[in-house]
Amino acid sequence: MVFPVIAVTLFGRVLPTWTLSLATIAASNGLVALGIVVLARTGNVSFGQGLFFAAGGYGVALIANNWGITDAAAQMLIGAACGGLLGLVIGPLIARYSGIFFGMLTLALSMVFYGALVKTTVLGGSDGFNVVRPSLFAISFVDPREADFMLYAVSVVTTGLAGIAATILFRSEFGLASLAVRENNLRVEYLGISANRIITINFVIAAVFAGASGAFALMAQRHIDPQFAYWTTSGEFVFIAVLAGYQSVSAVFVASLALELVRSFSNLYLPNAWQLVLGVFLLAVILFLPRGIGSLWIRQRRKSAGVSAETSAVEEGAPS
Amino acid sequence: MNPVLSVRGLEKRFGAVVAADALSIDIAAGQRVSLIGANGAGKTTFVNMVTGYLKPDRGSIALDGVHIGRRSPRSVARLGISRSFQVPQLFIELTAAENLAVAVSGMHATTLSLHSPAEAPGRRDKAIELLQRFGLANLADRPISELAGGVRKLIDIAMALVRRPKLLLLDEPTSGVSAEEKFATMDRVIHAVAPDAATIVFVEHDMEIVGRYADRVIAFYSGRILADGSPQDVLRDPEVRRYVTGGAR
Repeated sequence: MVFPVIAVTLFGRVLPTWTLSLATIAASNGLVALGIVVLARTGNVSFGQGLFFAAGGYGVALIANNWGITDAAAQMLIGAACGGLLGLVIGPLIARYSGIFFGMLTLALSMVFYGALVKTTVLGGSDGFNVVRPSLFAISFVDPREADFMLYAVSVVTTGLAGIAATILFRSEFGLASLAVRENNLRVEYLGISANRIITINFVIAAVFAGASGAFALMAQRHIDPQFAYWTTSGEFVFIAVLAGYQSVSAVFVASLALELVRSFSNLYLPNAWQLVLGVFLLAVILFLPRGIGSLWIRQRRKSAGVSAETSAVEEGAPS
Repeated sequence: MNPVLSVRGLEKRFGAVVAADALSIDIAAGQRVSLIGANGAGKTTFVNMVTGYLKPDRGSIALDGVHIGRRSPRSVARLGISRSFQVPQLFIELTAAENLAVAVSGMHATTLSLHSPAEAPGRRDKAIELLQRFGLANLADRPISELAGGVRKLIDIAMALVRRPKLLLLDEPTSGVSAEEKFATMDRVIHAVAPDAATIVFVEHDMEIVGRYADRVIAFYSGRILADGSPQDVLRDPEVRRYVTGGAR
C-alpha cells in the first residue's frame, strides 16, 4: 500500500505545474471527504466538516504568525491536533443523535463558528489574514514550482498515509462494529458494545482528517478567512463523499480528483455554466452508481467472492 | 438455591394500559421457563424491562443479587443477560460470520481494536464454531440479506449466545417456522444453547413447543401472572385455558 503513495509522490516531478496545485487541493479535499466516509460508516453524515477544516486552518495560521512555525509537516500535525481536539469536545455531545438531526447539528455548529469568525476582528473578520509560505525541514522554497511540489508531496504522503490508516481501520473489528452501528445500533448495545463510543471515535478521526486538510488548504492559499467554515465548503466535502460511496478508501481520492478535473475543465470551457456541469456529473453518478464510484470495484470483488463461496457451498452440500 | 433472576413488585404502565402489574418472579439456575400469554399480556414488556430496554415504574430486578432495573441494555448484557428477538435483529448487509464476529468483539473488550482484523483467526473460529452448532457453517460467508427467515432466527440466537449468558431470553424462537420444522428447529436451538446458557426463558405462543421444552411455565394476562408452575399444571389451569390457550390441549 505504501508503494502507490511513493509512486504518486514521485509522479509529481513530471506533472505540469498547474496540475500540482490541482492535485494538492484534490488530495486535501479527499482527506476531509475520507473523514466523512469514516463517519458515514456509522450511518451518520456530517454536513459541517468545515468547522474542523477551519479550526485546523486558523489554528495553524495563528501559530505560524505568532510563533513562527512554518514547517509544512509541523503545520499539518498542528492542524490535525486542532481539528481533533475540537472533535473530542463536540463528538461525545453529538454522538447521541442520529440521521438528519446529527447532520443538521454539525451544520449548525459550523455556521455558529463561521458567524463567530466573521465577527472576530482580531482574526481579520470576514477578510481573514495571510500567512507566510511554508518551509519543510528548515528548507525554504523560493522557486514556485519547487514550493508547489513540496506541498504536493506533503499532502499526497499525508493523504496516502491517512488512506492506509483508514483501510486498516475499515478492516478492523472497530470498522466492522462501525458498519454494525450503521445498520442496527440497538443490537450493538445488546451485544455489550457502546454505539455512542464508536460514533465518537469515528467523529474524532473525521475531525483530525479535516483539521489536517485545513492546514493544507491554508498552506496552498497562504490566506485564511471564514469561508473555510461556510456551509458551501462543507457541502463540497459531502459532495466528494457521495461521489465516492462509503465502501472504498481509494474511491474517495478518485472522486476528489474527478471533481477537481470536472470543475477545472468545465470552468475553462464553460465558464458560465460550470456548476451545471458539476450537477449533471453528480446526477449521473447517483443514477448509474448509487453506491458511489467505489461500488465499481467493490461489486466486482463481491461477485468473485460470491462465486467462490457458492462453489464451496455446493461442494459441501449446503441447502440453497 | 439463590435465583439467577429475581423480580419484585415490577410495575410498568403505558398511559392507561397496565403492561406489568406488581410482577414478582424468581428464576432458578438451570430452569427452562416459558412465558405464555395472549398478545398484549405483558410478556415482551417483561423481557424488555429485564434486558434494560424499558425502565420499570416501580419494583426491582436483580441478576445474581445485582440490581439491574435502571441499567442500560449494554450494561445488562455485560452482566450476563442476552436476548434474541421476535424479528431477528441482525446486520443484514454483513455476512453471517461477520455478524457473529461483531458479537465476539463485544464479548471481551470495552474498547475495540482499531487495527486488529475483524475476522482475525480467534474471532473467526469462534464465529464459525457457533454457526456450526446451529448447522449453519456453510452459510458463514453469505450476507444476511440472502438468508431465509428461519436461518436468520438461528443466527440471532447464536449472537445472543456469544457472551455465554447467565440468563438467555428467547422471544418466540419458532415464530415464522413451519409446523413441520418447528420441533426440529427447537431441538437444534436447545442443543446449541445447552453448552453456553444454563438458564433459558422463552416467550412462546405454540403450546406444543411449551409442553415439550419448558420445565416451568408462567402465564401472563393483562400484565399480571395468571399461573406459574409445571407445564402440565399451568396448561390445564382453567383460567389459562380460558384467557391464554383458548382450550388448547
